[in-house]
Amino acid sequence: MVSPAQPRVAAPVDAVALETRAAELATRSIKKEAKRCGLLLALTMTDLTTLEGRDSPGKVAALCRKAAHPAPGLPSVAAVCVYPDLVPTAVQALAGSSIAVASVATGFPSGRTSRALKLDEVRRCVDDGASEIDMVIDRGAFLAGYHEAVADEIAAVKQACGPAHLKVILETGELATYDNVRLASLIAIEAGADFIKTSTGKVKPAATMPVVLLMLEVVRDHYLATGKLVGVKAAGGISSAKLALRYLAMVNETVGDLWLTPERFRFGASSLLNDLAMQLARLDAGTYQRPDDFGKD
Amino acid sequence: MSETIDPAAPSTPAENHRPQLVFGERWVYDPAPQSSDHVQLAERYGLFIDGEFVAPRSRRYFATSNPANEQHLAEVGQAGPADVDAAVSAARAAQQDVWGPMSPRDRSRYLFRLARLIQERSRELACVESLDGGKPIRESRDVDLPLAAAHVFYHAGWADKLQLAFPGSKTSPKGVVGQVIPWNFPLLMATWKLAPALACGNTVVLKPAETTPLTALLLGQIIEQAELPPGVVNILTGDGRTGAALVSHPGLDKVAFTGSTGVGKQIQRTLAGSGVDLTLELGGKAAHLVFEDAALDQAVEGVVKGIFFNQGHVCCAGSRLLVQESIHDVFVDKLLRRMERIRVGDPMDKNTDMGAINSGAQLARIQELVQCGVDEGAVMHQSSCTLPEKGFWFRPTVFTGVAMSHRIARDEVFGPVLSVLTFRTPEEAVEKANNTAYGLSAGIWTDKGARILWLAERMRAGVVWNNTFNRFDPASPFGGFKESGFGREGGRQGLEAYLRFHDDPFTQG
Repeated sequence: MVSPAQPRVAAPVDAVALETRAAELATRSIKKEAKRCGLLLALTMTDLTTLEGRDSPGKVAALCRKAAHPAPGLPSVAAVCVYPDLVPTAVQALAGSSIAVASVATGFPSGRTSRALKLDEVRRCVDDGASEIDMVIDRGAFLAGYHEAVADEIAAVKQACGPAHLKVILETGELATYDNVRLASLIAIEAGADFIKTSTGKVKPAATMPVVLLMLEVVRDHYLATGKLVGVKAAGGISSAKLALRYLAMVNETVGDLWLTPERFRFGASSLLNDLAMQLARLDAGTYQRPDDFGKD
Repeated sequence: MSETIDPAAPSTPAENHRPQLVFGERWVYDPAPQSSDHVQLAERYGLFIDGEFVAPRSRRYFATSNPANEQHLAEVGQAGPADVDAAVSAARAAQQDVWGPMSPRDRSRYLFRLARLIQERSRELACVESLDGGKPIRESRDVDLPLAAAHVFYHAGWADKLQLAFPGSKTSPKGVVGQVIPWNFPLLMATWKLAPALACGNTVVLKPAETTPLTALLLGQIIEQAELPPGVVNILTGDGRTGAALVSHPGLDKVAFTGSTGVGKQIQRTLAGSGVDLTLELGGKAAHLVFEDAALDQAVEGVVKGIFFNQGHVCCAGSRLLVQESIHDVFVDKLLRRMERIRVGDPMDKNTDMGAINSGAQLARIQELVQCGVDEGAVMHQSSCTLPEKGFWFRPTVFTGVAMSHRIARDEVFGPVLSVLTFRTPEEAVEKANNTAYGLSAGIWTDKGARILWLAERMRAGVVWNNTFNRFDPASPFGGFKESGFGREGGRQGLEAYLRFHDDPFTQG
């Protein structure tokens, strides 16, 4: 390949100050009713996820039942996120519910396959009934400066999605710098992303508070400039209710009410759900229950 | 814009049809009050002289109250001339007989013990700092207390290594030092003053500010607890008269003052020709220089922290924002949106970002200068936050359309008030930044390393922060140019003010 003609450059991000602000927002003290409200919000924002080689129809079906009824008295989660071959299982299990089926696609998690296969995979997922597609960007192309190629591919996937919502996974752990995260966010938004998402969960670090803060700033500025709302999904490593509340405080104070909804903010997680249920039960009972009081599906 | 300032009426945002963010309806935080049950304040505090708390010889006391709700906290002694005499004599005796002759290693051990006790009692000290001074508990807990302990630890380390600080020099302590400190960082300023003085073998008479005496008195208790020899530190509470009596006392070898430029000038006049050494850390009118290539959201964060940290009661506060004309509108938009998110209210709530104005007198001063800004034609923007009914409060405030000739661009407000001006070229930025009577600090916001270095060389300011602001470290010297004072605090340089150098013919004595 020849060198890219025109790599793009985005406005700079100062790492120290960004991390300082994220750390400061992490000190918010959320008590009483605000805590209940936040925990419920986080629960309804969860994309309950299983992305393992050993996933089976039985496992996915059980996860779908849990998504609909996480624990007695609790609302359902936003979506169930699975690999493409398990989309039909999830669609069947969730039929008649308001829970969306999300599928990872485009050669998840590395994205190292041909454009044609990526688009074909997306179309099949949508045909099978997935209403949300979580694609991965071509990080190799991005880091080599082929930003137009990255943008083209996202636009092509968006087109292949048809009516399905597109979440664009930036895999921020591989992009390494905040400047790259900002540029990748801008490219994804411009190319038609409905959501920008931090990570696949397969690379460390996955979601971090500074990275999500930066992505929130990008979608905020995009909204203020164009009136278009783009969502943010924090995925990977968010396994405790306490951490989820910290993220929510950051959403609350950076972009506000327009993003405090499952339409615009999601957590990609698996074990988070049980901790949310446990903390909610504690608010009612006044004491912690045993972890085994909550179903592990 | 209204011609008078009604604190209850926030300014209305400019009419526009652009998309707007919505805040605070979906998720409202419940109060998260810091418990202060463990804080036991006495009804009345005496003066700390010669190792014990004694009733003031003046027999007079005055009240200190919580500026956030005007509730009475305690009575403290009003030290008169006889108390100053007693404290200076006790300090002299302790310096000559105990602290001066003591081995540096032992002085170091006392200071380490003091630092550890400050850490141990930091929760209590943070609460009292917020109750007495009005600053948010988050700041006293996360900034004031850790820095105070760090400052004592740092100087404890120097106490037995002074020869390494000044290789080849023969030094000795100055002797007895009178120190007068302000109300904005009461405990932190006490440790900034005490730690280097004690590490260098001096003894001290410290006068905390009239409105915030309590943490200094608790520090007196901690000094007792650390079993420092009697008289090494003496603490005299009182008003300006006590300060005047102390700094003019003939028994002192050195005076160190942090406070207003007006009082600093008076002290310098008092001491002229007396042979008493003096260092002054006074006011400021620091500039932020924001260039169009800066990381804007982070620069906004820094500017917000620079002026609204501690209600703007910071001598090095970045109270002038010089922003490159090309990004003025974008930057001011971001700034005002961020200002609106500052949580103003009960200092003891753990989620409060900005607390109460320290006193009624300071609030009146802020109101006067802000009124002056309105009268001079600048455009005032204020946060629409709800202010508590009792206590002393002022909204986060930004003035746009400010000229260098306006009083709000020249006088130190010492409150949450920022003036926005523009520049076109780096040269103009330098000229405007330095066009002030003060020179304590400056903030440079640009992504260009070469420009940072070029600008930092040209700033007439004691501290230049690049892409950050209000960052303190005991190892970094702090002090001013011009009317911001002279002498440095912190670092190796900060030790110089507390030592005599016997190999230098000009300072021998």
